[in-house]
Amino acid sequence: MAILNEEQEMLRDMAREWATNESPVAAFRKVRNEKPAEGYSTDAFATMAQMGWTGIVIPEEFGGSDFGWMSAGLVVEELGKTLTASPLVATTLAASVIVLGGSDEQKSMWLPKLASGEVVGTLAIDEGPRHGGKVTATVSSGKLTGTKAFVHEAHGATLFVVAAADGLYLVEKGEGVTMSDRKLTDQRSHAEVTFDGAAAERLADGGDDLLDKVLDRARILTSAEMLGMANQVFDVTLDYLKQRVQFNQVLASFQALQHRMADLFADLAMMRSAVESGLEALDGGYGIPRAACVAKAEANRALHAMSREGIQLHGGIGMTDEYDVGFYLKRARVLEASWGSSTYLKDRFANLAGY
Amino acid sequence: MATLAEPREATSDEAFREEVRAFLADHFPPELKGKGNALASVEGPTKEGPAEKAWREAMGSRGWGTPTWPKEYGGGGLSKAQTRILQEEMAKAGAWNPIGGMGVMMFGPTLLEYGSEEQKHEHIPPICRGEIRWCQGYSEPNAGSDLANLQTFAEDKGDHYVVNGQKTWTSGGQWADKCFAIVRTDRSDKHHGISFMLIDMDAPGVEVRPIQMISGMSPFCETFFTDVKVPKKNLVGQEGQGWTIGKRLLQHERTNISGGGAAARMMGANLSDLAKKYLELGDDGRIADAVMRDRIADFEIRWQAFLLTAKRAVEESKAAGGVSEISSVLKKLGTKLTQERSELTIEIMGLQGLGWEGDGFSESELGGVRAWLFGKATTIYGGSTEIQNNIIAKRVLGMLDHQ
Repeated sequence: MAILNEEQEMLRDMAREWATNESPVAAFRKVRNEKPAEGYSTDAFATMAQMGWTGIVIPEEFGGSDFGWMSAGLVVEELGKTLTASPLVATTLAASVIVLGGSDEQKSMWLPKLASGEVVGTLAIDEGPRHGGKVTATVSSGKLTGTKAFVHEAHGATLFVVAAADGLYLVEKGEGVTMSDRKLTDQRSHAEVTFDGAAAERLADGGDDLLDKVLDRARILTSAEMLGMANQVFDVTLDYLKQRVQFNQVLASFQALQHRMADLFADLAMMRSAVESGLEALDGGYGIPRAACVAKAEANRALHAMSREGIQLHGGIGMTDEYDVGFYLKRARVLEASWGSSTYLKDRFANLAGY
Repeated sequence: MATLAEPREATSDEAFREEVRAFLADHFPPELKGKGNALASVEGPTKEGPAEKAWREAMGSRGWGTPTWPKEYGGGGLSKAQTRILQEEMAKAGAWNPIGGMGVMMFGPTLLEYGSEEQKHEHIPPICRGEIRWCQGYSEPNAGSDLANLQTFAEDKGDHYVVNGQKTWTSGGQWADKCFAIVRTDRSDKHHGISFMLIDMDAPGVEVRPIQMISGMSPFCETFFTDVKVPKKNLVGQEGQGWTIGKRLLQHERTNISGGGAAARMMGANLSDLAKKYLELGDDGRIADAVMRDRIADFEIRWQAFLLTAKRAVEESKAAGGVSEISSVLKKLGTKLTQERSELTIEIMGLQGLGWEGDGFSESELGGVRAWLFGKATTIYGGSTEIQNNIIAKRVLGMLDHQ
């Protein structure tokens, strides 16, 4: 655990308490069964916004708290533990693009609404099922045309940050914007979004590498959600091993299982260090691209292993819908593939290191 | 008051930095720049020339080789901030710490915690001055992973003990002056029958035989004790407390091994630089073999995560006060990754990376082979990886004993 300041400890405790009591996995299960149009409970999201979580990376002058990325990561980690369905990560990332690359006017227009939760934003970058493909969307005379694949939280979003060949644009939901569901195994909101001459405003102030900066933030904040998930699977699995009796003894007493848990525990330690270092890099403003690669690559590796072992160590009961552990496996793979698979991130890391 | 204290602290730090600079200018011989005998504890007797000796004595008399140890026992008595300044300035000057070995890494911290005042005054100052080399009398032929099964026996003879038995894997035993050992004082209780005592290596009845290893080196010994007299004042803690004290010392050992230790230092060059030197590159400067490039990046990312974990453990242990059971996680990870790195290095170099001797191989190539072989020991000694897994499962995760 990183050394936190008092503010951060309070925020984490608040998030932990809320997630445990108000948004346990049962709440996600309810969303899955009831299928609200947005893909999440709007009441729950409104509460999160009231608690200030939607404004954590937004400057105070625009209605946020400017607590920073470590703080945002702490909240996202806690929500990841209970698989809380919400657009918090998506809207935080959308806000961060405007903070980085928006004009004064764009900031005044959007940031207060994103901070209050009135507007939900999301990133629409990739055009295929694998991250890192070519961006072909084009803009002419302020009208954006192109199709974005698997947009996270598209159903609840009213503001899209869209990558076009010549930069990033803001597009509001409305005329020229249509979407079709792409239901994935994690039962969260994903859609293909088609922009057909939709009104678009360029985010002109972020420099040429604005897209890379946003993706680094997406990688790091997503890895914070994955950290929460991996920790929860570990804890639940450990509890199960301590309760389940076979051959007249609890499974936890078998050395073959003890050593696998020790391996996973070590993986989790490395994952936490990598993720926290990514969040620290964002707050410190140094070494971000490499830290983002390390954070997401480690998150991918550790959560992949944890989610597989979680099922195996539960045995048959882990295969049932009644048990939660399978939900983590399904969400894990969606997040692993988002913003950079392990091979993509290793390639990027090697490029950054000059080999 | 607080506002006054802060600038005063800053001023004294600045003054300390000046003091360090002046000391280095006066005492660090420029010809020793960047030399450092990092392997002193396993490689052999320190080959000490006049310059090295002067440098050791200069550092030792200040206690700066053991900067955070209490001044009254010969340590530096420095704060963490001052220690950082000392390290920064030494690094800038290319200076290295001539005080090291098991006395500094393992025995000293343990004695400071468990030793009597008399023992601390007797044994800590020579460690701080780098005058005495210690070795570890732990493992026995039938007490490896099952360390508490040790049989070396110390019989109570009133004012002294008489020790009989055999220790093995005694690192640097052939060059050591003294041995900190765990021995049995009670055969009826496996764990509580163990005591921690200090034995002179030149006492009558101590015999040392080096063991030649697969690396061609002989860093470990067999040590035989035949009717060796050990005065009662050399018992650390109480009789029967040896297992507790001995385990504490192992936490220090793990922390030291995990950093990659000797093997990592012998590895030298950065892995990707090595790859660029030995592998074919494409026009874009990338390693042409895409699979190898992926594996190198995969390793480097995990190595980075490990270093971050080691750093985090230090930060967190400051709050907890000293080494902790996370040392098992670090030992397990650090040794595994260091071995992996070694294997990858050899694979990158091909047969050129497997040279045993001769002019056809550079010094670093030959060193790499020895490091690769020697490194196999790291997941075995200091509590094997399997033992670390047991410790993590039982003490950290609360899983029950498998026995």
